Amino acid sequence: MSSDLIAVFPEPPPPDLARTLDLAGYRWKAFSSADDLSKAGIAESWIGAIVCGDVDLEAAWSFARVLRKKESVIVPLLLLVTGAQLDELTLRDELFDDFCLQPFHPRELEARLRHLFSYSTAAPRSELVDYEDLVLNLETYQASVDGRPLDLTYMEYELLKFLVQNPGKVFTRELLLSRVWGYDYYGGARTVDVHIRRLRAKLGEEHANLIQTVRSVGYRFGQSPRWSA
Amino acid sequence: MLDQQRDYVLRTVEERGVRLIRLWFTDVLGNLKSFAISPAELENALEDGMTFDGSSIDGFSRVQESDVLAIPDPNTFVTLPWADAKAPEARIFCDIHNLDGTPFDGDPRQVLRRNLQQARSHGFDFLIAPDIEFFYFAPPEAGQPPRVLDEASFFDLTTTDVTGSLRKETIRTLETLSIPVEYSFHEDAPSQHEIDLRHTDALTMADSVMTFRLVVKEVAAAQGVHATFMPKPLEGVQGSGMHLHMSLFDNDGNAFYDGGDPYNLSPVAKHFMAGLLHHAGEITAVTNQTVNSYKRLVPGFEAPVHVSWARNNRSGLIRVPIPKRANPLATRVEYRSPDPACNPYLAFSVILAAGLRGIEQKYELPPEADANLFEMGDDALEKLGIDQLPQSLSDALEVMEESSLVHEALGEHIFEWFVRNKRSEWRGYKTQVTPFELNRYLRSL
Repeated sequence: MSSDLIAVFPEPPPPDLARTLDLAGYRWKAFSSADDLSKAGIAESWIGAIVCGDVDLEAAWSFARVLRKKESVIVPLLLLVTGAQLDELTLRDELFDDFCLQPFHPRELEARLRHLFSYSTAAPRSELVDYEDLVLNLETYQASVDGRPLDLTYMEYELLKFLVQNPGKVFTRELLLSRVWGYDYYGGARTVDVHIRRLRAKLGEEHANLIQTVRSVGYRFGQSPRWSA
Repeated sequence: MLDQQRDYVLRTVEERGVRLIRLWFTDVLGNLKSFAISPAELENALEDGMTFDGSSIDGFSRVQESDVLAIPDPNTFVTLPWADAKAPEARIFCDIHNLDGTPFDGDPRQVLRRNLQQARSHGFDFLIAPDIEFFYFAPPEAGQPPRVLDEASFFDLTTTDVTGSLRKETIRTLETLSIPVEYSFHEDAPSQHEIDLRHTDALTMADSVMTFRLVVKEVAAAQGVHATFMPKPLEGVQGSGMHLHMSLFDNDGNAFYDGGDPYNLSPVAKHFMAGLLHHAGEITAVTNQTVNSYKRLVPGFEAPVHVSWARNNRSGLIRVPIPKRANPLATRVEYRSPDPACNPYLAFSVILAAGLRGIEQKYELPPEADANLFEMGDDALEKLGIDQLPQSLSDALEVMEESSLVHEALGEHIFEWFVRNKRSEWRGYKTQVTPFELNRYLRSL
């Protein structure tokens, strides 16, 4: 039987958090430690968790780790921290799905929860992404077309992955640069053109037109699922 | 980012069953060097680099500190298309470091990185597209002049078939190695070919030129043909150049473009050109580094001799091609003296340094020289204030030795070694008694 309970840390939770959850119609149960949660023994039925780090951040991290160890279910975890704690998030990305600054704005917290839960109720994210005859295995970083493996450089792979995951959308060179390359690249926006040209060559004549040039805007990969249906 | 790149490389090696990873780097003269490691060593190599004895490499040697560290650049990882499919191989370019982790001064790739950083501090990215010329010959025999394919009777196929299929195979291999080709064609001279690469950032392009030379030679050798990048292998026909189409891009796009200018050239482009013209003599020893290079830089064979610029005059040192459909992105300048036997990392470095100096100091661009300079007398040229490029390796070295710009761009280590090595090459040449002298003097004197 599935539950609609949210696990909350700590017990008792901050009063404004309890009030916001109640007003938004969420059911929740609070725990004072990770041990208590384990003892409750029903962790796999939580629909999500809210962890407050403002009072005892270390205890909050241990609580998050326990939830993360439950491999069977993806529990979206929202972290509440103060502005002074932001640096602590670095290199701990795997421990939370989203965070919100304390003191929080009730409407913002609601919006974030709604977004998080919509994610987790969707189908689990697959390791395979495909478009027509093109398949990318995100786990092994391998791409193939018609079953033929593509020899790609790292940046070619990253660009192709981004495009295949967002079919039908038109992207400017600047957006592709910021999402795919970040800041660590040489060559400015022309870098994007160069890599598109390289990808088209490797996809082969038959598939090169999967990546279309949208004049004076940028590039589009394939068509959106809406149109190809 | 770096972690993900390493992960990508390691995972791909595993998934594709790569058996051998070739670590590539370049010596000071521009020769490609390689050593191979097994997949088991790769993770360690990516993390900490591989130590090797630098004294075995031309220009690396410094007896007191001969050990250096090769650190692979995971961004350059690619599987090699010519390896046995049952035992795949891959290559990665390396940056050479000192054991303490600082960049090694003798590594041309690090020199180019440093110069690109300089451009970046001005807000510029340096883009290059080279047109590379080369010859196909029958395999050379010691002491014999090169035989063009037309005359090499042992080829069963006609010349067009052989060279056509060679070029097609070469281009296919280049594309597999992420080196896009813009055009390719048979050049004027017998057995001469040209392949134009599509522009990319200067570091990637220097890597690409190194890969290109290997691919052209390997593909040819597989069919019993010798490909050469020697600048002037045949007397009386044109030599092989490596014209460089260049532009600087900033956050707003092509910094060379200005739609309001009659030439569509921005002040940045004009200062860059002026810098190149001003320092052309000083950088020529690097862009044209062999004794033979100067046999190409003579009048009458479409190679530049004079330090000048023009829009559609191919006798000038810098040409400003008129872009198709007045495309702002395609506005560029073409530097025509370099030959394909240069070290691309060092050549790109000194060219960039000369151009940047022009921008920093706001050098003024001399007027366009649109007359055919080859047909003008020395007096007329002097009146126009047009100099000639150095006439020999020795002349070029003399100008280079006095150049603080080249000294700065290359760094003390490479500058000093390069001059010493090239001086000795010149001495070796000077002591030769050539067929020219025997034919001219033996009987008459």
